[in-house]
Amino acid sequence: MLCDECKTNTATVHITKIVNGQKTQMHLCEECAKQKHVGFSIGFNPFGDDELGISLGKLLSGFFEKPDQSMVNKPDELKCDRCGLTFPRFSQTGKFGCSNCYEAFKGQLDPMLRRIHGKTYHVGKVPQRSGNKIRIRNEVARLKRELQEAINAEEYERAAVLRDRIKELEQSNNNE
Amino acid sequence: MGIKELMDTSKLEWISSEGPDNDIIISSRVRLARNLKDVPFPHLLDSSKAKEIVKQVCDAFSTSPFLASNSSIYFMNELSPIERTMLVELHLISPDLASSKNGAVIIKPNETISIMINEEDHIRIQTVFPGLQLKQAYDLASKVDDILEENLDFAFNEKIGYLTSCPTNVGTGLRASLMMHLPLLTQTEQISRIFSTISQLGLVVRGLFGEGTQAKGNLYQISNQITLGKSEEDIIENLIGVAQQVIKNERKMRESLTGEIRLRLEDRILRSYGILTNAKMISSEEAMELISDVRLGVYMGIIKDLKPSELNQLFITTGPAYIQQKSGKELSPMERDLSRAEFIKSKLMK
Repeated sequence: MLCDECKTNTATVHITKIVNGQKTQMHLCEECAKQKHVGFSIGFNPFGDDELGISLGKLLSGFFEKPDQSMVNKPDELKCDRCGLTFPRFSQTGKFGCSNCYEAFKGQLDPMLRRIHGKTYHVGKVPQRSGNKIRIRNEVARLKRELQEAINAEEYERAAVLRDRIKELEQSNNNE
Repeated sequence: MGIKELMDTSKLEWISSEGPDNDIIISSRVRLARNLKDVPFPHLLDSSKAKEIVKQVCDAFSTSPFLASNSSIYFMNELSPIERTMLVELHLISPDLASSKNGAVIIKPNETISIMINEEDHIRIQTVFPGLQLKQAYDLASKVDDILEENLDFAFNEKIGYLTSCPTNVGTGLRASLMMHLPLLTQTEQISRIFSTISQLGLVVRGLFGEGTQAKGNLYQISNQITLGKSEEDIIENLIGVAQQVIKNERKMRESLTGEIRLRLEDRILRSYGILTNAKMISSEEAMELISDVRLGVYMGIIKDLKPSELNQLFITTGPAYIQQKSGKELSPMERDLSRAEFIKSKLMK
């Protein structure tokens, strides 16, 4: 089969696109696929060319109205680029290889965390030094809830104090 | 400080002094798991990289006069198997650290702070307090955490908190646990009912030395299982709340015994005391059971003139490793039983 674009090379990349139930197919050679930004950046690269710089996001936004989740999460091919741990290996041992694995396997973790902990969000301590911004943001969120309570209870003096404190914190966070 | 000095349990605050609700709660322990950013977790580290981690932690540690004073570091590969097991028996390190060839621990005995390096995570900060003092234990562990964080970059993710080698510890990295002495709830077989309730509350019950170990001497460890989605304060409050219910139940049992049942219990306790103060040989399992009886007897006023803290020390120091370390050589099981009986007698009859 020849490439739909250049009509000279053999087509090695086959793409099926479905938009609003309308199915169209495209057959491209490697060269033309590159130009059309078709590729995968997670786990493997069908072109064997690491400098391609093609993002999965571009591929998806180009070809699908709605991203196909089964393509975003190809867990078998996920690999942490820092320590080299693969997702299948992680599933086997239950141990991460380094802190970067959490980033590399991000899309896969929530169901597991929910199963273990019932939750997927941390609400506790934040490191003093590196976590200042996060801490201020959490504090602002807390104060805002308190402000709402104060308003509901018609305690306007307390509300004014809280409002000023929130403003102050938000400013200090923006200045950092 | 050499390993010998650590054997003097009177210097280990958590064993030698008394705390609130000590009749039921022997100790409160907190462990915080921390890891260095972008460095492979210990199970993927070679020994030279692992040494680097130890050095980094030591450097961060020694910047604080509070931490540096009166503390020592021990490298697992420089300790004998007996010494390592003894540290486990004294609850200063975990069984996992004892078997980690790249592991090290910094121990500050007066406050009972242990900083384990290259266990399952790069750093595990542990504090132990006598009695029900979980909040105090957490505050101290958190303080140590803050001091270390001044000089170390911890792996932290805004969404899921402190990142750990195992997803079961992610978030707060906090494991809070209480060692409880529950002889009557065990004897009346109420314990299984209580524990099944506890497990529905996100808590877990284990034996004396943590995961996968047997409950000996009617000692149980209750700890939180969930580390993500709850604040440290909530985790600790929850555990204390449950513990207070268990304490109430065990105390009620102790107080409600009357007539023949009480007489039989008193008889058993005094017999146990008789064996401990007279036996020629005693195994560690038997010792644990008998010490459990005597400890109960002391708190019920059946045995006088014994300090409860003495019995806590006995609980901890009848393990095979401690007994061997004490005699300074490897002993056969029979020699151990002889030496243990001698040691217990000397403690109880002084």
